[in-house]
Amino acid sequence: MQTEIKFAGFGGQGILLSAKLLAYAAMKQGFFVAWVPSYGPEMRGGTAYCTVVISDKRIGSPIIKNPSHLVAMNRPSLEKFANDVKPGGVIFINSSLIPTRSERDDITELIVPANDIATKAGSIRAANIVALSAFVAKTKIVDLELLKNCVKNEFAAKAKIIPLNMKAFDEGVNSANNN
Amino acid sequence: MAKVLMKGNEAIGEAAIRAGCKNYFAYPITPQSEVAEYLAKRMPEVDGVFLQGESEVAVGYMIFGASACGERVMTTSSSPGVSLMGEAISYISAAQCPAVFVNIMRGGPGLGGILPSQGDYFQATKGGGHGDYHLLVLAPDGVQEAVEMTMKAFGLAEKYRGPVMILGDGLIGQMMEPVEFPDDLMTEPSNKDDWATSGMDTRKSDKRNLVRSLFLDPKELNDNNLALKAKYEQMKKEEVLYEGYNTDTDYKVLIVSYGTMSRVCKTSIDMMKQDGIEVGLLRPKSLFPFPEDAVFKASTKESCQSVISIEMSMGQMVEDVERCVKGQRKVDFYGECGGDIPTPEKIIEIIKGLL
Repeated sequence: MQTEIKFAGFGGQGILLSAKLLAYAAMKQGFFVAWVPSYGPEMRGGTAYCTVVISDKRIGSPIIKNPSHLVAMNRPSLEKFANDVKPGGVIFINSSLIPTRSERDDITELIVPANDIATKAGSIRAANIVALSAFVAKTKIVDLELLKNCVKNEFAAKAKIIPLNMKAFDEGVNSANNN
Repeated sequence: MAKVLMKGNEAIGEAAIRAGCKNYFAYPITPQSEVAEYLAKRMPEVDGVFLQGESEVAVGYMIFGASACGERVMTTSSSPGVSLMGEAISYISAAQCPAVFVNIMRGGPGLGGILPSQGDYFQATKGGGHGDYHLLVLAPDGVQEAVEMTMKAFGLAEKYRGPVMILGDGLIGQMMEPVEFPDDLMTEPSNKDDWATSGMDTRKSDKRNLVRSLFLDPKELNDNNLALKAKYEQMKKEEVLYEGYNTDTDYKVLIVSYGTMSRVCKTSIDMMKQDGIEVGLLRPKSLFPFPEDAVFKASTKESCQSVISIEMSMGQMVEDVERCVKGQRKVDFYGECGGDIPTPEKIIEIIKGLL
């Protein structure tokens, strides 16, 4: 069984970090993982995307054209990648920045105003954590408590912002559960 | 040791540290600059030296200097940078000094692009610099193998007293995968007293050591080249590495592919297997010495009708594959080299065209 998740957004939205945290949690849970960033020539404010592959077997090609799921943090990402998602997948839509929808009926949309939730929790910069926890709460790809611990460890050197990120994490889970 | 999640570039840097490398000189270039970033931080922690040269040309000779002194030394670069080091690599080979070069290949020729490529196969395996020399070339297919090969490279460089190259690509450098750093790959530095110019006070012998690549006497030069040739023949006997995948089946087509490209081929093979189509893969892990016998045996298996070399290049390794198949089977080629890696679906389309 192999699952592929594409994270996409603006440079600076924490796309690579959310993806890394998911890959890290999956590794801790015993899966084979690969984290593959896009590293084309991009300017500041350009698109950033990254694919995480999670499998119970050794991963062959880490290059994925059609991911199982998509986490879209801005409108260009949704427009660019929504049609690539395999039928049956989940498309996370950051509705704070994306007024449109995927216009597909063979996937499940998870619509969460991640920026607004993060702002309320204390800082817009935690929007990527809201998105990550909401997405995992919905798809159950990895254990939520384990993932939360990985988020906590990631910020170990900046203890001041741990409470903010923990709050953002919990609010993300709530938003998925109420979706 | 528990697994850690690391980028290929950072893992190569850590592997060098674990292998006892105390000297790293480099010049930044995408897609491998993270090695330099990582070792700039890490080398001082182990009392090692990190030095950013003013160019890759200078770095090549810094490597030569350190290796002539018998130090464990490494540099990393990407395609255009490795071209600039070509002269020094030739000198180091002639002077018989151990050193580790890592090429995280990007598209070429010229400045090319910054995305993954396998366009430097010829450069790595057939020369790159001038004169009669070879590098021992290892090609990892992921982060774990990049770590293991880098750690082993230092011991191999000393065993053969010559440069060893790790030939990766931009994907392996940029991708994060779980890795372990095996303790048993750390080798003790060899005794260098009889050749290294480390200073008379550092060794027991009274013999003066001389490291050079200039031999004006034709007999001396011929003898030096014969000594190099003898090493390459020994490598062909002792250092051939490869992996067979799905080769225990009655495959009709054999793919020969290495590095990142071979992983895509494995996925294609798994997908075709579900449709009842058996395809074998022979993956060279050492590109020089090339697994000549293994390629010949796998391609001449009774069930095998044709062979195809699949590369992220316009057709380089295919020449070695043709040489090894010795005309016994038809050898085809497929490659892309703009930076986009061929998809498993594309490979399947190509293979089905051969059936």
